Amino acid sequence: MGRIQATFERLKQRGETALIPFITAGDPDLTTTEELIHTLVENGADLIELGFPFSDPMADGPTIQAASERALEGGTTLAKVLEMVARVREHTNVPLVLMGYYNPLFSYGPERFAADAAAAGVDGVLLVDLPAEEAGEVRSYLQQAGISLIQLLAPTTPPQRMQRLVADAEGFVYFVSMTGVTGASQIDVAAIEQQVSDLQQLSPVPVAVGFGIASPADAAAVGRFADAVVVGSALVKVVAAYGASPELAARVGAFVRSLKEGLR
Amino acid sequence: MYPYPDSNGHFGPFGGRYVAETLMPFLEELEQAYQEAQNDPMFQQEFEYYLQQYVGRPSPLYYARRLSDHLGGARIYLKREDLNHTGAHKINNTVGQALLARRMGKKRVIAETGAGQHGVATATVAALFGMECEVFMGTEDIRRQSLNVFRMKLLGAKVTGVTSGTATLKDAMNEAIRHWVTRVRDTFYVIGTVAGPHPYPAMVRDFQLVIGRETRSQILQAEGRLPDYAVACIGGGSNAMGLFYPFLGDESVRLLGVEAAGLGVDSGKHAASIGAGRVGVLHGNKTYLLQDEQGQIEHAHSISAGLDYPGVGPEHAHLHDLGRAEYQAVTDAEALDAFQVLTKLEGIIPALESAHAIAQVMKLAPTLRRDQLVVVCLSGRGDKDIHTVAEAMGVELN
Repeated sequence: MGRIQATFERLKQRGETALIPFITAGDPDLTTTEELIHTLVENGADLIELGFPFSDPMADGPTIQAASERALEGGTTLAKVLEMVARVREHTNVPLVLMGYYNPLFSYGPERFAADAAAAGVDGVLLVDLPAEEAGEVRSYLQQAGISLIQLLAPTTPPQRMQRLVADAEGFVYFVSMTGVTGASQIDVAAIEQQVSDLQQLSPVPVAVGFGIASPADAAAVGRFADAVVVGSALVKVVAAYGASPELAARVGAFVRSLKEGLR
Repeated sequence: MYPYPDSNGHFGPFGGRYVAETLMPFLEELEQAYQEAQNDPMFQQEFEYYLQQYVGRPSPLYYARRLSDHLGGARIYLKREDLNHTGAHKINNTVGQALLARRMGKKRVIAETGAGQHGVATATVAALFGMECEVFMGTEDIRRQSLNVFRMKLLGAKVTGVTSGTATLKDAMNEAIRHWVTRVRDTFYVIGTVAGPHPYPAMVRDFQLVIGRETRSQILQAEGRLPDYAVACIGGGSNAMGLFYPFLGDESVRLLGVEAAGLGVDSGKHAASIGAGRVGVLHGNKTYLLQDEQGQIEHAHSISAGLDYPGVGPEHAHLHDLGRAEYQAVTDAEALDAFQVLTKLEGIIPALESAHAIAQVMKLAPTLRRDQLVVVCLSGRGDKDIHTVAEAMGVELN
């Protein structure tokens, strides 16, 4: 059983919703990211999404755009992110999902990436701009390497398409809470609940909800029905504010604890 | 026959649909609506009506006698897209997409723009059809193109400045896509070139191929034979695709695309995606891109804001790999020289984009026999570039 599946099963037994914090790898540098991953785990993260930066993050709002810019300015590359993951993996079993855009991975070479990511201890990959129709080659390399390609679903995805997409889902599916970019405000919890409930009927794997979940109250509200909640921009803002400060770990830790609080 | 794009929007290994899941259902809906419109004689009739009565088509194919004499080889014909309403080929496409948006019940259009030509062309059709219009434009381009910004505002469009990245065309397109994801239910994204996710590259080509279709029949009428060369500049490549497409089956016609070499392809400051780029994925399609070894997109450079883009339409990437079209690049300096030559010899001030095509013709024509035929797309007029040219020539305007 993979780390993702094992984690969800453990949480299900405990009646908990998974907390999936997102941070951008290399923001402000990879040493800090490595320390932050441990901070996240110690404070209640169940899975971790690690963004790998791209120059043109078309699905991201200003917060994660700026984080990507900081990471790129610091010289972050996909190869260095994988090296960092390998170091982290020596100390933790937390499932790690890399999230980003296709071009850096395509440039690395999908086959080589799958092998290197598996060796480093990556559990899943989520590519924002690689819909199922274009994912065939990448998916097969990742599958051979034992890595899940996480499927995104949107509020605009029609029922028939949803059915087709979740049929092949691995790890978990990621439901985008609204039409918009990361970090947008105002989620409509009632609408999300209906859509997630429909999705849970269809999906063979747990359903995570992300985009626009900014506070412990949001997380708790969505966590009532979702199998996992993803918090990205709100956490990246804390990293941005305290990136170079000795308070960083304490601030991030406190925020993550407060998010997990409402999910138990 | 030439079967591209295939049913998934691929031109060989290029093209496709690399977008967020949120947009996928809309792209499928758009593809279907577009296919229906293509097969609907009423839609085609309406499109042709506006091309004729509003854009002013057909545009002339003008024999440039003095330029031909000056170069000493070939008979050079200019396809006068600069004479279209709004002064460039861009309007052909925006009329088509606005009619399609209306047919799909969308009352709101958005567009990205670099130099402002596509923004103006979109704002124009939005005014014509009574639609709300928002144009995304890099703040650096807003500064360089204040005249076009004011034109768009007069036309009733909202111009939204984009400060991210290099604050130019690429970033304007990122921001337009972000906005589109947010408002996809009521908003139609009018892409200005033969790039983006399927069906845009094929759709924009189809709306632009009137250029090549007219050129083909005009040259046959004037000369009784097909041209030896068809030449056009390439940023994303919409005027070139429009010119080339009706000639694809005419094997004797050599198709020549002209990219921007900026300060020189070896300088690293250029926009020659085919000439010096690598295959990658950006803005919804797989194509040749300017990028570093890590797959991060690099900045393009060209004196012409309309060519200042780090990618190229996927069909051009495919035509290059097939060897059906050839791609070369000319520098800022060569384009500036061509700009002045055409202005002085023919009394036609070309857009700096189009001046790249003229510059290539100035290299090509002297190598040809006097009776060989060259058609070149004069994609736009140069009024918008007067300040840039003056600055490059060291002339101060107030």
